[in-house]
Amino acid sequence: MFTARTGRALALHAVLLPLALIWLFPLWTMFVFATLPDDGIFGAGIELLPSTAFADNFANLQHDTDFIRAMSISIGVASVYTLISVALTSMAGWALARYRFVGRTAVIGIIFGTITLPYFVVVIPQFIMVARDFNMANSWFALIVPPLFNSLGVLFMRQSFTMLPEEVFDAARVEGIGEWRTFFHIALPMTRPTLAALSIILFLHSWNNYLWPLLVNSRPEMMTAPVALGSLIGLTKVSWGGIMVGAVVLTAPMLVLFVALQRHFIAGISAGAVK
Amino acid sequence: MRPRTLTAYGFLTPYLLIFLAFWVWPIISSFWMSFLNTRRLPWTFAPQANWGRLLVDPAFANALKNTLIILVVQVPVMITLATVLAVLLHSPLLKARGLFRFAFFAPVVVGEVAYAAVFRLMFNYEFGIINKLLALIGIAPVSWTSNPTAAMALIIIAVTWRWAGYNAILILAGLQSIPQDLYEAATLDKVSKTRQFLFITVPLLRPIILFCIVLSIIGTMQLFTEPFLITNRGGPGGATETLGMLLYRQGFLSFNFGYASAIAYTIAAIAMALSLLNMWAGKERR
Repeated sequence: MFTARTGRALALHAVLLPLALIWLFPLWTMFVFATLPDDGIFGAGIELLPSTAFADNFANLQHDTDFIRAMSISIGVASVYTLISVALTSMAGWALARYRFVGRTAVIGIIFGTITLPYFVVVIPQFIMVARDFNMANSWFALIVPPLFNSLGVLFMRQSFTMLPEEVFDAARVEGIGEWRTFFHIALPMTRPTLAALSIILFLHSWNNYLWPLLVNSRPEMMTAPVALGSLIGLTKVSWGGIMVGAVVLTAPMLVLFVALQRHFIAGISAGAVK
Repeated sequence: MRPRTLTAYGFLTPYLLIFLAFWVWPIISSFWMSFLNTRRLPWTFAPQANWGRLLVDPAFANALKNTLIILVVQVPVMITLATVLAVLLHSPLLKARGLFRFAFFAPVVVGEVAYAAVFRLMFNYEFGIINKLLALIGIAPVSWTSNPTAAMALIIIAVTWRWAGYNAILILAGLQSIPQDLYEAATLDKVSKTRQFLFITVPLLRPIILFCIVLSIIGTMQLFTEPFLITNRGGPGGATETLGMLLYRQGFLSFNFGYASAIAYTIAAIAMALSLLNMWAGKERR
């Protein structure tokens, strides 16, 4: 039977389906173009289905820039960055959630304040410091350490620690278990879902970071994958099929992660919005 | 109590050290630099060298104009779209929810460079698939990267594609946090769905939508990668040069750190002023 309810359901899908197809189109195009030979990309026809030139395009990409090395650097940087950043932010979040100490309100206030501060205000002195004062351009240090500070992660962890039952930690204190052991062996394991969400967001952030690595690691041997790929865009004699392969290789692992861990992704992203 | 304070700072110290070294000091340092003439050594105190130059530099006026145009068009379009998407995705009537969510949320994980590359190729004048599709419905090819208006439209389309889903996630989280019994009570009182949306959903979503607008203003004020890569360094002829692009050219191609710092603080001041204005306007209407 055709009821008002099915009518509304039909209208809903009639609006959402075309929009969804439009939204998927750039991603689909990316995958298709990565498999097309260059005469397919630059031909007169409309190509909407994948072809077989992925391996050739990858070889072209590797010829234009050492993409495998750039990928290795990106994987290394994002992994180390995520580990250190999760450690720093969860420790700080714990301190702000668990202890009443002198300067606590000030620290929280300042961290909140930086959320609305444009990155451009800090990037110039960061660059001067790392590239000139420390003479550390084109190094792992330059890629990993300066971006370590993030404000949302700390607030996210603090909120998660606040929601744990206080009695557990009071009991631990009565038992004579030290504060650091309480943190590492009791509190951290209890927030595993939050840690997972935070790690994913931080990894993604580092993986896709473009401006900072572009500034400090511009030497080809120390480029991250986004910087290496970006350096090809706009060149005249370059394989666009290769660039699309690079885009796919950068994007596909994140899409797989996103599908597999959607709940954590969405928790991490919406952490800032819902108190 | 004192040992607790010590322990607390023990946990905080590594984080605070990074914060002091790579945020607090740079915030002070770039503010100070904005008053220095950094075009030759030694750097000297000369406020008019940068702040005075801002007032008369046609490149700055152009970048400011472009950034504000993008902001004024893109933010309302995207936030409206994100709100609509969130409400539709929240509907209990929706089938294949996971697929629809994937379609709109996937751009969130796509890196700036990867998506810039795809958009640049899709919107190519001669070979781009968009112009080929437009030809199918009888529209003449658009020179997306050499016509100033079309290039601005391209930037706005690209940014909207990339960020609408992100905002929809935030708004959807807000929708899900509205207690269901509010709607049940309203339905019992025979309040129509439309009125429920206007008088329950919209007011309760207002803080989150405001938050999204503020984040979008800050993001758009710093737009860099899209004009850098999609429209080829702010082309055609500076038609899509944003404040972020100008800052990059001044700071990291000309190494005029003082002027770049003045631009950075201008960006921060405008972003903050617009955010405050927006929060004030959002409060007034309650």
